[in-house]
Parts: sequence; structure tokens; C-alpha cells
Amino acid sequence: MIKYSDFLKKIQNKETTCVDFTKEILDKIWENRHLNIFITVCNEKALAQAAESDKRFLDGNPRKLEGMIVAIKDNISTKGIRTTCASRMLENFEPIYDATAVERLMAEGAIIIGKTNLDEFAMGSSNETSYFGNVLNPINNEYTPGGSSGGSAAAVAAGLCHVALGSDTGGSVRQPAAFCGTLGLKPTYGRISRWGLVAFASSLDQIGILASNADDTARVLDVISGSDAKDSTCANISPSQTFDNLQNLPEKFTFGVISNKLLNNCSEDIVRAYDFYVEKLKSLGGQPKEISFTNPNIWIPTYYILATAEASSNLSRYDGVRYGFRAEGEGDFVTRTRSEGFGMEVKRRIMLGTFVLSSGYYDAYYTKAQKARRLIYNDYNRIFNEVDVLLMPTTPTPPFKIGEKINDPIAMYYSDLFTISANLGAIPAISFPAGSPSNGLPIGLQLQSKHFNEDILLQLSNALLK
Amino acid sequence: MEFKDTVKHIAALAKLEFKDNEIDIFSEQFKEIVEYIDTLNEVELGDVESLSQITDFENVLRKDVTQSSVSLEEALKNAPKKNENFFKVPKVIEQE
Repeated sequence: MIKYSDFLKKIQNKETTCVDFTKEILDKIWENRHLNIFITVCNEKALAQAAESDKRFLDGNPRKLEGMIVAIKDNISTKGIRTTCASRMLENFEPIYDATAVERLMAEGAIIIGKTNLDEFAMGSSNETSYFGNVLNPINNEYTPGGSSGGSAAAVAAGLCHVALGSDTGGSVRQPAAFCGTLGLKPTYGRISRWGLVAFASSLDQIGILASNADDTARVLDVISGSDAKDSTCANISPSQTFDNLQNLPEKFTFGVISNKLLNNCSEDIVRAYDFYVEKLKSLGGQPKEISFTNPNIWIPTYYILATAEASSNLSRYDGVRYGFRAEGEGDFVTRTRSEGFGMEVKRRIMLGTFVLSSGYYDAYYTKAQKARRLIYNDYNRIFNEVDVLLMPTTPTPPFKIGEKINDPIAMYYSDLFTISANLGAIPAISFPAGSPSNGLPIGLQLQSKHFNEDILLQLSNALLK
Repeated sequence: MEFKDTVKHIAALAKLEFKDNEIDIFSEQFKEIVEYIDTLNEVELGDVESLSQITDFENVLRKDVTQSSVSLEEALKNAPKKNENFFKVPKVIEQE
């Protein structure tokens, strides 16, 4: 993995240039093409941006992220660079505008190196539902990198970028971060504009950041966060200042520990890592306190009702009329377009969402899930009145093998157990690498905090990774 | 058999269709998933106020001033079929 501050030192010492470094990275991406991490690599554009960055350094006026190599998940719009959502539906789609997050990155001198592979429309936990084929975990190629931001996590882990953007609807940044041994931040809902993020479940979606360290994560968060007139659900507050606050970890803090009963949903490796990091947090000045959730059994059903309901509505726009794939031949062209353009997991979720919203089932499922979401939301408000942060597993198990769960949707959904509650509660959460106990494969643990307190998540991650 | 009919009905609503060999496997998986989310019905949620809005922002409005919009060329850029000014779609009105 590579770190932006190391790169800056090399630039200062004239050991490299942005153009040379970008060329090195592009070569490395080519050498690692068997991992299937990128759907599109931006060779020429990246080199042009790098040349501009070199000029800025030479003139002595570098911007905040000058020369930083960033990979973008391919469900985040990039003007003139194809944005596929790893779907046949958008195989040749070229956005006519940049996502706000991308626009802000480029305005501060970041270099967009390419667009990363993902589960189709971010629906999946293993990167196996991509129309462009699955991504291999760089640490062990027999394993999945997790999903849906598997390409972004693998790109960071393989050292093919400093930072990658992902999106997190139910754990899609944190779970692949855990499986690839990187840091993965899902900020508070409303912290980063969703303008240009292709919608999956609008009340849960949030752009997230994957990196090798807290320093780079903080730099990027501070640049891309902040209000945006183009997204009315983006909070009307100033950008975060996590980079300046990174070293200001409070001397004393309280942290929540989950019950043994909840922790027992995890494999032994995860439980052991959890216990280890409880001690580690204590050594950093943390005071543990056991917290309780009203009913963790409602998390997954609530999530899969709400997320699929919103998805079925959001994905109704793919009708083959204005953009994207259109099926040829006899019959209703809209139905044919959708049936041929979407993969199986996307269809499954559209079907489930349509079902829970359909006449006769709406109150039994959708309304009920909205009530259940209130309980989860209230749980977190109560918990963060009691403690500053909460330590959670990121996943119930270490990384799983390619093919292990793809034919068992419920087993796959279950791998999201510990990540979805943060999306339902709209709180920020970060997955940090917590060792590689099983066959050298990494596992991750999660820190969660109250709304808009990304500061403490990054301060603690920074301290824990040292 | 009855559940397969539900699946076909939902597919029609969602403008999706499944091949005959897909529908059996799909119905079986779909049934399992529905049974799984049904576990939510075991939880008593009578008085809980539903959460339909995750932020507490109200009426986020912008000033009522004209802004530029997407050009015709940009709007048509990704169209699967178009002529000079329009999206082209197959004829949907029956001819006499």
C-alpha cells in the first residue's frame, strides 16, 4: 500500500515527479490486470493531470491533494469517462457531469487514475455480480475482495492508488476494506454530497473513502465533504476538519462493547480480535461500557426491505429510452431491455422491492420496516449518549472464497449483519484492519460514533494503526 | 404453484421477465427471502412512529432564479437511438 505523505516527501526531495509516479502506477495496474480491479483506466487523462500537478509543484502553489492518485468506484459519475455501474445496462454510458465529490477532488489536484469494478449497481457483498467479472482479492486470489466496493478496496490494498472512493449502502465500503486489509470510512449520511452517485437506496447511500491510513482518509474527507446545492439531503454544514484534528485524541473517552450474545454470531478469529482491541482501546485511554441494542435480529430484514424498496423505485429509470442499453426485437422493449440489461442479483432486489411496495403488502413490510428503522435510530441516539464510540466487528467471518456464497442469497445478505445498522441509523462508521489471523487473510473491526463525529473515528484509527 | 404466480405478477409490475428455466429457481429463492424478511412480523412495533426521513432538514429550497440546463446535444449523447432532436423509440401505438 502507498501513502500520500511518503509521495509528498519524494516530490519535495525531487526523487520523483507526478508524471513519473503516475506512469509507475499505470504500469503496476497493467501488471495486475488479472485481478480485474479496474473497469476503465484513465491513462491519458491521468498523465495530463499529473503534468499539471508537476507544474503546480514547480510554481510553488500545490493544491490540497496535488498529485494524489485516486481511484473511483464505477457507480460515481465522471464526466466523459464511462461509468458502467458494472452493468450491461450502462456498459457504454458516458456521464455529462462529474459527481460533486469527484469535482472537488480534481479541483484540489487529485489525479483520477481509473474506475473500479463493483457488484452490479453496488448490489452484492463479494464483487461476483459484476457484469465485467469478479475481482480477485490481492492478498489471496482464491478469495473475494468483498463488495460492493471490492475493486476500490483491492486497488488500495494492491498499491494501485493512494485513496479510492467507494459507496456504502449497507457496508459496501467497510466490508471490502476488512477483506482487503485497508481502512474504510462510511461518513455520516449527509456528510458528502450524493450528487453523481448512481442511486441504489437513497436514504442509505453514502460515498465512502478507502485508504491505507487515517491521514489520507482525513485529507480526502475534508475536501469532498460539505454542503452542496445539488443534493438537498447533504447537510448544510461546513466541510469536516478531521486532518487538523487527527492528533487530538481526547486523553479519556468511553467506548461501547457489544454483548457476548451478539458477538457470538462471529467466528473465533473475529471474537479474539475483538477482545484484543478492547484491551488496545483501554490502553489509549478508553473506558469500556457494555451497551445493548433493542433487537439486532431486525437489522437484516429491515435493511433488505427498505434498501430493495428504494432500489426498485430508483432503478425504474432504466427503460432503454434515454440512455443505456436497449434490447432489440419483438415484444415490449422496456421489459426486454430490463430483463436483458440487468443481472440476476439486481433483478432479485428489484423484485423484492416491488413486492414489499405492492398493493396488499405495503403495510406488512414497508411500513413495518420504517418503524423498525426508528428503533435502530433511537438505539444509536441512546448508545451515543452513553459512550463516545462503539466497537463492532465489521464482518461475522474472515474473507470467504470465490463461489462460496454466490448461490445462497441469504448467506450472502447475512455477511452484512454488523455493517447495515450504521446505514439505518445514518451514523458514521470506519472499518480498520485488525490483523490477519486466518491463513494470512485480513479481518477488520469497526468503530462507530454519533452523527457527524468522524473526528474521533479517524483519531482512533490513526492511533490504532501506529 | 401459488407463489410462482405471485412471482409472475411482481415481475410484470417491475417490467421484468424470466425464462421458464429461471422461474423455478428464482421462485424458490424468492420464497426463502420473503420467509426470512417475514421474521420482522414477529416483532411488536405497534406504537413506534415510522421513520420516513433520515435527516431533520425541512423544505430545502433554492432561490427561484433561472439556471442553465442540459444542452440538447448532451441530453441525447447517451441515447440508444435518436434523430436530430428526439429520442427514438419503437412504435407503441397499434396501427389500424
